[in-house]
Amino acid sequence: MIEEAEKIFDTRELNVNMGPQHPATHGVLRLVLDIDGETIVKVTPHVGYLHRGIEKLGESLSYFQALPLTDRLDYVSAMSNNIGYCVAVEKLFGIEAPERAKFIRTIVGEMSRISNHLLWLATHALDIGAMTVFIYCFREREWILDLYEMICGARLTVTYPRVGGVRNDVPQEFLDSLWKFTDEFPSRILEYETLIDQNRIWLQRTVGIGVISAEEAVNWGMTGPTLRGSGVPYDIRKHMPYDAYDKVDFEVPIGTTGDTYDRYRCRMLEMRQSNNILRQLIEKLPAGPIMADAPKFLLQPKDMMMPITHPTKELAYVIEEKACKGCGMCLRACPAKAIFGEKKQPHVIKQDLCLQCGNCFVTCKFKALKLIPGGKGMSEEQLKELAAGPMPEEITKAAEYMVKHFEFVKKGPKVPEGELYVATEVPKGELGFYFVSDGSGKPFRMRLRSPSFIHAGVLPRLCKGHLIADVIANIGTIDIVLGECDR
Amino acid sequence: MIDTSAMGLIQVEKDVKILPPNIIITSFDKIINWGRLSSMWPTTFGLACCAIEMMAAGAAHNDLDRFGIIFRGSPRQADCVIVAGTVTKKMAPVVRRVYDQIPEPRYVIAMGSCACTGGVFRTYSTVQGCDSFLPVDVYVPGCPPRPETLLEGLMMLQEKIRNEKARWSPWR
Amino acid sequence: MAVTEVRITIHPAGTDPVQIAEKIKELFPEQVIEVVNFRDQVSVIIKKDMVFAILKYLHDEPLFSFDHLQDLTAVDYLKKKDVRFEVVYNLYSMKYRHQIRIRAQVADDKPSISTVVPIWEGANWHERECYDMFGIRFNGHPDPRRILMPEDWEGYPLRKDYPLKGPELENDWIGFREVLKRSQELKEFEWEG
Repeated sequence: MIEEAEKIFDTRELNVNMGPQHPATHGVLRLVLDIDGETIVKVTPHVGYLHRGIEKLGESLSYFQALPLTDRLDYVSAMSNNIGYCVAVEKLFGIEAPERAKFIRTIVGEMSRISNHLLWLATHALDIGAMTVFIYCFREREWILDLYEMICGARLTVTYPRVGGVRNDVPQEFLDSLWKFTDEFPSRILEYETLIDQNRIWLQRTVGIGVISAEEAVNWGMTGPTLRGSGVPYDIRKHMPYDAYDKVDFEVPIGTTGDTYDRYRCRMLEMRQSNNILRQLIEKLPAGPIMADAPKFLLQPKDMMMPITHPTKELAYVIEEKACKGCGMCLRACPAKAIFGEKKQPHVIKQDLCLQCGNCFVTCKFKALKLIPGGKGMSEEQLKELAAGPMPEEITKAAEYMVKHFEFVKKGPKVPEGELYVATEVPKGELGFYFVSDGSGKPFRMRLRSPSFIHAGVLPRLCKGHLIADVIANIGTIDIVLGECDR
Repeated sequence: MIDTSAMGLIQVEKDVKILPPNIIITSFDKIINWGRLSSMWPTTFGLACCAIEMMAAGAAHNDLDRFGIIFRGSPRQADCVIVAGTVTKKMAPVVRRVYDQIPEPRYVIAMGSCACTGGVFRTYSTVQGCDSFLPVDVYVPGCPPRPETLLEGLMMLQEKIRNEKARWSPWR
Repeated sequence: MAVTEVRITIHPAGTDPVQIAEKIKELFPEQVIEVVNFRDQVSVIIKKDMVFAILKYLHDEPLFSFDHLQDLTAVDYLKKKDVRFEVVYNLYSMKYRHQIRIRAQVADDKPSISTVVPIWEGANWHERECYDMFGIRFNGHPDPRRILMPEDWEGYPLRKDYPLKGPELENDWIGFREVLKRSQELKEFEWEG
């Protein structure tokens, strides 16, 4: 009985839960620590508290509609995820973005790299105890977020890189402000380094913590600065260049010992390299179009629909009595419930409820809908008269284009069948997109290989034998973001 | 109402009178509500992307500290919870548990579209709005909402607290 | 402790992936079903019986040296193909810069395949996710548990016959139903005014 009692009351190993709600776990990561005194014996990470089903959701949306979902993956550097997605889908379609668009995408990609490393430094230092660095890094980050807002209107979840190019062109003041940023940024990095680089406390907390050798790191599937800190020269920007990375000259920092301090130094030097890349890109930016010319695969600009969609045209939608068969399709399609009519009787649109959205026009198979320019405000009889006659030619052309556009957005383009794996270098590592296409406009399988998922799996290996405080340093150094880890 | 102007009382605003130089006469409601709204301490509950904008609201550019808002780590020392980000079904018990641990009076701000109504993610694992299991006071929509929007949400919560009646009393 | 900035010398691109596929066909002739080439990326479709041996050969062979397992995932081809699942391995060699994809077909009836954790440690969590999302068991895996969904979730979400919006409220995960019940019970203590 004494043995039984000893087994039940075994007090050597303690089981502690670092729960999903914790100021230092960078999101909702749950760690169950088995500790012996203060030393860690085993760490079991539990992820999945932010699993939103993005892969399954992507299967029910078309390629263009699934693009905003990728913003929410690694929400700290949203531009990089979008670029990864666009590069993969462009390769699948077989189209190529124009030069200017590639350069602009590389510019925003490098800006997002700087923004990500700033946030990494802020939270890593805050967890270890250096709180001033948090405030300093956010000051720089606000500048970058203001620049994002200047080009596309959003700070965090931008959807600026599009399949085939970018959404809109960059204004000149953006480039001027970015040039000024690259002038001042090296001195700011020096500020951060002065605070922590040779600081005794920082060195004691990071040197020799979380050491992993090069072969082991590759075997565990690590990528990005987390891998390069161990001495492996793997950078997708050099191995498999995409966008404009083969046109700029930059070096890649490689560490030697593979501990937390080396990974920290790698990322600081990477920020300087990104600054350098930005300067080269701004100087070399070519002129030209910003969207690829591939009418089979891409949405065409909406200028063709201007005769219909421009608000000053004051269009009225009228149903021609003779042509209307009374099938009721437009009645069901109208979002404002402005169409009235019995079955098999000609339907009527009530003009004051009509939103001029065009849903009825694209649904009608009998071409009974007519668009009258300048028709807003006319009486019912006048409209009926005009509807009986032919539509002006520009309206007919624009209306045909509208039907084609509608079908394209609803069903997606006709994509060749096949499968594809494309990887890009996001600030955290290697983000891979694996698409399986079955010929329709929606991906049959959209798989996201996220670096944070793999790195969170390496945590047990890194934390073994260290103290509880080192767990915090290790979480910071592998740079995970739970939105990407759980998808 | 008693006419108090003859006694030298000055009315500053409704129900707040000052007897110069240093005696203030007001109701319990006003003073307790003023104390609560001026030092609202949220517990850190950043789940997803909205957490980054919450951190940006707390950083130097838009400072939350000037409103008396300090982020506390433990729910036992906090006043309110800002649910920032998507709530998944796996996380829902944890959110409810943290909310239950906050001592009264407590408030909930649902920040971001995902916390308000589930957002973009209409899937098998996302809760369609955290108000299915939490009593929400203020909804701050946006994806993510700008720091200024979150500030406006906090101002609205302050207004709500200002107009509360007798929440401190045992007769409510 | 020194971190240096290095100009990476890129090894000229290694063996053409088509040749690698031919070599695999030569060594394991009855296992290879098809070789597909799409946009310069080669996939080798194999049966699942000797997948461990083939991948170990690709990892150990000095001329190929596929040391980086980029991705391990599964695809559900419900009704589109005869064999329902395919487990896909994306491999890359950091030394020679060549890439190849291995697709192992797994039948629907009690889907299982052998694990590759002894070759690449990083496959551990990938395989757990495959099990969680598709229900494919990995024989010999050190920790076969669900990873993204709660431990007692029923169903495999990424299968094609699983609804996107998930189960109805009555059949939903027990943990979530308990939270809703508890919040209903505690509603009487909430402040109304």
